[in-house]
Amino acid sequence: MDHYTQYQPTTGFTRWLDSRLPLVRMAHETIMDYPTPRNLNYMWTFGGVLAFCLGVQILTGIVLAMYYAANTQLAFDSIEHLMRDVNYGWLMRYTHQSGASMFFIAVYIHIFRGLYYGSYKAPREILWIIGVLILLVMMATAFMGYSLVWGQMSFWAVTVITNLFSSLDSIVNGLGTALVQWIWGGFSVDNATLNRLFSLHYLLPFVLAGLVVLHIWALHVPGNNNPTGVDLRDIHREAVPFHPYYTTKDGFALIVFCVLYAYFVFYMPGYLGDATNYVQANPLQTPPHIVPEWYFLPFYAILRSIPSKLGGVIAMFGSIVVLMLAPWLDTSRVRSTRYRPLYRWFFWALVVSCLVLGWLGGKPPEGNYLIVGRIFTAYYFLHFLVIMPFVGIIETPKPQPRSIAESILGPSARGAGRMPHPAPAAAETR
Amino acid sequence: MAITMDEPVTRRDFIHIAATAFTTIGAAAALWPLISQMNPDRSALSLASTELDLAPIQEGQAVTVMWRGKPIFVRHRTADEIQKAKAVPLSDLKDPIARVVDAPDEPATDENRTKAGKEQWLVMIGICTHLGCIPKGQKNGDEKGAYGGWFCPCHGSMYDTAGRIRQGPAPQNLAIPPYAFETDTKIKIG
Amino acid sequence: MKFVSQRSFVRLAGALMVLAFCGGLSAAEEEGQVVEKQDWTFNGLTGYYDKAQLRRGFMVYKNVCAACHGLRLLSYRNLGEPGGPEFSEANVTQFAADAQVTDGPNDDGEMFQRPGKPSDRFVSPYPNEKAAAAAQNGAVPPDLSVMAKARSYERHAAWYMSPVIWVSDLFTTYQEAGPDYIVALLRGYAEPPAGVTLASGMNYNKAFPGYQIAMPKPLSDGQVDYSDGTPATVDNYSKDVAAFLMWTAEPKLEERKRMGLKVLVYLVILAGLLYLSKRTIWRDVEH
Repeated sequence: MDHYTQYQPTTGFTRWLDSRLPLVRMAHETIMDYPTPRNLNYMWTFGGVLAFCLGVQILTGIVLAMYYAANTQLAFDSIEHLMRDVNYGWLMRYTHQSGASMFFIAVYIHIFRGLYYGSYKAPREILWIIGVLILLVMMATAFMGYSLVWGQMSFWAVTVITNLFSSLDSIVNGLGTALVQWIWGGFSVDNATLNRLFSLHYLLPFVLAGLVVLHIWALHVPGNNNPTGVDLRDIHREAVPFHPYYTTKDGFALIVFCVLYAYFVFYMPGYLGDATNYVQANPLQTPPHIVPEWYFLPFYAILRSIPSKLGGVIAMFGSIVVLMLAPWLDTSRVRSTRYRPLYRWFFWALVVSCLVLGWLGGKPPEGNYLIVGRIFTAYYFLHFLVIMPFVGIIETPKPQPRSIAESILGPSARGAGRMPHPAPAAAETR
Repeated sequence: MAITMDEPVTRRDFIHIAATAFTTIGAAAALWPLISQMNPDRSALSLASTELDLAPIQEGQAVTVMWRGKPIFVRHRTADEIQKAKAVPLSDLKDPIARVVDAPDEPATDENRTKAGKEQWLVMIGICTHLGCIPKGQKNGDEKGAYGGWFCPCHGSMYDTAGRIRQGPAPQNLAIPPYAFETDTKIKIG
Repeated sequence: MKFVSQRSFVRLAGALMVLAFCGGLSAAEEEGQVVEKQDWTFNGLTGYYDKAQLRRGFMVYKNVCAACHGLRLLSYRNLGEPGGPEFSEANVTQFAADAQVTDGPNDDGEMFQRPGKPSDRFVSPYPNEKAAAAAQNGAVPPDLSVMAKARSYERHAAWYMSPVIWVSDLFTTYQEAGPDYIVALLRGYAEPPAGVTLASGMNYNKAFPGYQIAMPKPLSDGQVDYSDGTPATVDNYSKDVAAFLMWTAEPKLEERKRMGLKVLVYLVILAGLLYLSKRTIWRDVEH
């Protein structure tokens, strides 16, 4: 993507700064002048929403860390003290707690947008891989954050999930157990475990922020994809500067997102969680149903579909690895599913599978629930490993527009279309 | 924005100004809880006052209680101690100001450092005004210094029977916290 | 993103949902815990606590439940703070002073008992869990501070009703599963049906998972004096104490919901302004 910049430092200070550390120039190029395709729909607003979510989680998280005590005797009470006595403590806690769920709602929509419009395909493979890494770090962070509450669900979720690594014992004798004790810092989940969970939970969001910088950089090199999947060719007719066009559109979408967010924070703070986590952790009593937070349920369902412990772990991680390989598994020459009449059915089948797997993850893995879970787990892997390669080859795509301009302006798009006003064209001093 | 500096603000652009202004109001309102949460919380504020029953304290005895994390010296002074304190002329004092917290400066007479009609009760913040050590003198066996009051072992500051600095490096008299008599035998500090 | 034969698909889906709804509703109470939804003043966008109800509930707690159940996350001063039962300062001081608090060590190095102050935490009936278990035949009466958030109940509807329940809960802002369960539990004591043998020391309760609970029936009519004239029945006791426990779990509910209304109104207005701003900017650009 060629550089398209309008930045001219106008004052003495800005010229001085620009010649030493071009931060303002970088900001200008990245979020103001950056040419963005005009035809992006609202599915493209979730990236901005996600950046907002990360910012809110970090801000509220730092505040929460001022009150949280990472000790098995004090953790639960420290959070209750925050909720009851600290000024606006309840607001900080609920914002952070609901924020995690909102973060995952946005990320799942963002991922499915990528899958639908072929945003993972060349030349955006690295962008996609960084995205999947972001998902993994998000999952680790959320898992650890939930454990810090040290309620029954926190404790037993950590116990169950860390115990999974003992399945490595079937590959190398003793390796799994050693690994698990290394993670625990002891012979069971206890104070040592909680302290390290807190340390890592504080660390990972900043790793995430770094990955997000790489993610945006990797995006800006080839430029945005768009609903037609056709490459951007003519910046002047097919793109607009990011500011003010997409700053306002993303801003609007963000506020709509915040309406739902606020609804959860202020009226339904317990809706997305589990009542069992308001019971303090008791290592001697297992709760009747151990269930992770909703955003982990599809993976939980996949884990429990496979009868063997090691197989389940492999399948669970495999479901994310297979996502990472999408750029190479999909053989279609057409990016956007808009023009892929056959693949479209399978895309929606994948969406349905993920939703059903999510629902099943909250049910006990027995009887019909287990059978259906296995069917949809099979479909999930089939989709990536068989359908993506196969359908890409045999499908006859619908005719794509020759350019973005044609899709906007119609087939006779030649010479029509005005150049939009670029961002601040005001006050050019000489 | 699609305007130059010369064009007047049109109705089209008013919406941008309104949206920006409304956003800024919200951002400021959202910022307030983040700042306010660092203020002392309700449990700290509930300990902002301490009540003390004076009845068990015999004449010539002293107790130390905690208030807002600080030691408070409460002494039931003998007539002798009161008389000695009243006999000191102001010009002899190293620090002539009474040092009552949150009150305007007044001369450091014995009357100004106690409550009217309750001069046998001396209530002070037990932190040496030099560098913050806790002076000795609360217990009967303690070293009390040459003036019969309190003696700070760290650098040798000596306070008299009204808690005023008489000798040593401390610059000020021991501070008097805000307190009031709820009944004849109960005080509320803070 | 267009569906093939969209209209007929939608019609079929609609018919299925109506069928599911009717079928699902009738299946709701066949088995499992018997829990009814109650009316609560604190439900909904404009929810609030009925102070008189919270005070009655506290009297029930103090006179009946406090014998075995602690409230350790609360301080006595909470009883007088805004958003709760808002007892007078004199009452709060009295409630605190009625309790004996362990303090110390004193100058002899010993712990001692003294009357409570408003800043003290509620005193639990047992010093630790083992003492509680020893006094209660092995069962530990749980602390009630967050009980209203720590309990829920199975809806036991048909599997296809799940999305219906999720959506209806979302629209009714249903967060009262805890208090509903507590009411059902306190009213749920009954004789075991034919064929059910109780384990030793257990009592039959229709709302408790597994139907056998170690706690004997705690409430009976006329047990606690209601000075405001409300009938002193088990039904009222259970409702009032459940409301009180909702407050102990969520003392900031009123503040939260008040703020929420302002925030939502603000966000909706802001969304409108931002939408108009966005439309204005995009007006001259074909897209």
